Amino acid sequence: MATSTPTRDAYAPPPRGSQRKPAPRRQNWRSRLWRFDDKASPYAYIAPFFLVFGAFGLYPLIYTGWIALHRVEMTGMNQMEWVGWENFDKILHDSEFWTAVSNTFVIGVMSTVPQLLVALGLAHLLNYKLRASTFWRTVILTPYATSVASAALVFALVFRADGGLLNWALHFIGLGDTNWANGHWTSKIAISVIVIWRWTGYNTLIYLAAMQAVPSDLYEAASLDGASRWQQFRKVTIPSLRPTILFTIVISTIGSMQLFGEPLLLEGGTLGATGGNENQYETLSVYLYNYGWNLGHLGPAAAVAWAMLALLLLIAAVNWLIGRYVRKSAV
Amino acid sequence: MTMTSPAKVSEPGLAARSAHRAPKRASRFKPGAGQQLNGGPFAYIALAVVGIGSLLPLYWTLVAASHTQDEVLASTPPFLPGDRLFHNLDAAWNQAHLGKAIVNSVIVSGCITAATLFFCTLAGYAFAKMRFRGRNTLMTGVILTLTIPPQLSVVPLFMMMADLGWGGNLQSVIFPTLVSAFGVFFMRQYLMEALPYELIEAAKIDGANNFRIVLSVVLPVARPAMMVLGMLTFVQAWNDFFWPYLALNQQNPTLQVALGQLSASYTPDTSIVMAGALISTLPLLVVFVIFGKQIVGGIMSGAVKG
Repeated sequence: MATSTPTRDAYAPPPRGSQRKPAPRRQNWRSRLWRFDDKASPYAYIAPFFLVFGAFGLYPLIYTGWIALHRVEMTGMNQMEWVGWENFDKILHDSEFWTAVSNTFVIGVMSTVPQLLVALGLAHLLNYKLRASTFWRTVILTPYATSVASAALVFALVFRADGGLLNWALHFIGLGDTNWANGHWTSKIAISVIVIWRWTGYNTLIYLAAMQAVPSDLYEAASLDGASRWQQFRKVTIPSLRPTILFTIVISTIGSMQLFGEPLLLEGGTLGATGGNENQYETLSVYLYNYGWNLGHLGPAAAVAWAMLALLLLIAAVNWLIGRYVRKSAV
Repeated sequence: MTMTSPAKVSEPGLAARSAHRAPKRASRFKPGAGQQLNGGPFAYIALAVVGIGSLLPLYWTLVAASHTQDEVLASTPPFLPGDRLFHNLDAAWNQAHLGKAIVNSVIVSGCITAATLFFCTLAGYAFAKMRFRGRNTLMTGVILTLTIPPQLSVVPLFMMMADLGWGGNLQSVIFPTLVSAFGVFFMRQYLMEALPYELIEAAKIDGANNFRIVLSVVLPVARPAMMVLGMLTFVQAWNDFFWPYLALNQQNPTLQVALGQLSASYTPDTSIVMAGALISTLPLLVVFVIFGKQIVGGIMSGAVKG
C-alpha cells in the first residue's frame, strides 16, 4: 500500500496528536457526535427492513388472527362483527377445506421429491468437466425467468383435453386421450409438472454450488479405498450436501404451501377459482382466495390463513423431530 | 475533508471482484466431485434432453402465439411459428390494457429493485461489519421472516391498503416488498468476505462518518453483489403474482395480473393469451440471454454460503 500512506499523511494530521491538543469543550461535543453516529448508525441501517416487515408482515400476520374472529365482508370492510370461533368452525367443517389441505400436501410431495432428485442428478452431471458448461447452466435455469402466469398458461395448453400437445403426442404413440384437468391424479400431475419445470434448474444450481465446495481430498481418499463412482456419490457427495439438501427441502416445502397461480390458471375462469369442478386441484391458497376474493368473506379467509400457519408449524415440528432422530441414529 | 483518493477506492473494488471470483478459480485447480473427470457422451445427451425440456414450453408459447386459435387446437398442432404473431400481439395489447400493464410492471419492478438494493446493502453492511447490541438475535429474526408465506397476512394487508386509500394502486404492491430478508442475508454474506475491516478503519481515520463510509467504501465494494441481487429482485418482482393479483384491479394491472385476467375472461382466445404470455416473458428472456452467466453465478454464490 505504497500510495495510501503518503495520502493519509498529506491530508490528515496524525490522529493521536489531534486528540490531545485542541480545546476540550469542542472536542467533547464532536466526540459525542461521533459516538452517537457509531451507536445509532447500525440501527438506522437495519431499521428499514424491520419497519417494512413490521408494518406489512408482522402486524398483518397478528391482525389476521383478530379478523378471523370477526365477520368481515369485502363489500363493507369497516364493519367488523365479533363472531368468536364461528369462522374456524365453518372452515374446519367444510370438506372442501380438507380437500385443499390434502391437495396441497399431495401436490407438495409430488412436485418436491422428483424435482429435488432430478436436480441432484443434474448437478452431478454439471459437475463434470463439460464443454460450454455456462451454456448448459443457463439453459437449465431459463424456466426460472418465466412467471407463474405464463408457465401455467402454456402448460394449460399442453395439458388440454382436446387439441392439447400432450394428448397429441400420446395419440401419436398409440395411447388414448386423457382429460388431464378433470382427473384427481392427472390434474395434480399437471400442476406438479409446472412446478418441477420452473424450479428444477434453480435447485440444480444450488446443489452444484455445494458440490463444488466439497474438498477433493475426500474423493481422492475414497477412490484410494477403491470406492466406485456411485459409491463416491452416495458416501461422499450426499453426506457433504446434507445441509444444502435440508435447506432446499425447507424452501420447497414453504413454496409448495403457497401454490396459487398454477392451479388458478390451469383451467382459468370459475373452474380455476374453485380448483376444478370437484376441487380436485384446489390448494389452500386458492381456497383462501376463493373465500376472500371470490365469495367476499374475509373472516373465513383469515381463518384459513391461521390454519396455514398451524400447518406450517406442524411441518416445522415434524421436520425438527425427524432431524433429531436422524442425528441420533447417525451417532 | 477528503476521504480517500480514487486509487484507494478502486483498489477495494478490484480486491472484491477477485474475491468474488476466487471460489471459481479454486474449483478449477482443485477439482471437486467429478470435476477432474470429463463428462462422457451420456452427460451431454442427458443435459440436451433436459435442456430441450426447459426450452420447449417457451418455444411452444411462440408457436401458439403466431397462429390462430383453431390452428393451435387442431388435431395435429403446428410445430413451426406462423404468420399471425403481430396480429395476436396487437389483439392482446388492445384486449388487456397490456400497454398500461407494461408501464406498471416497469414502475413496480424498478421501484422495488432500487429500494431493495439500497436498503439491503445498508442492512447487510450493518450486520456484516458493525458491532451493536442484539446483532445476532436480529439477524436470526431476519432469516426467520424468510419462512413466513405471504398468504398469512394478505387479508389484513388488503384491508390496510383500503384504509390508506391505496386500494388498487401500485403503492400497495410496491411498499410491502421494499426490503427483502433474502437481500439482507445475501449482502451480509458477500460483505463479510469482500470488505476488509482495514478499509473501514482507514476511512474512519481519514475522518469519514458512517454514512460517508457507506457511500465511498461499501457501495463500490458491494457493486458486483448488487448487480446480482438487482437482477434476482427484478426477476422476482416482475413475475410476482399472488399479492398483485389480489391487490390490483382490472383497470390498473401489472403484466402478470393482466395475463391472469386475460385468461379468466369469458371466452379467452388461446392464441391471444399466448401472445400476452410472450410479451410478459420476452423482456426477462432478453435479460437472461445477456446476463445469464451473472445470474447463474449469483444463485450459486448465494447458495454456497447459505
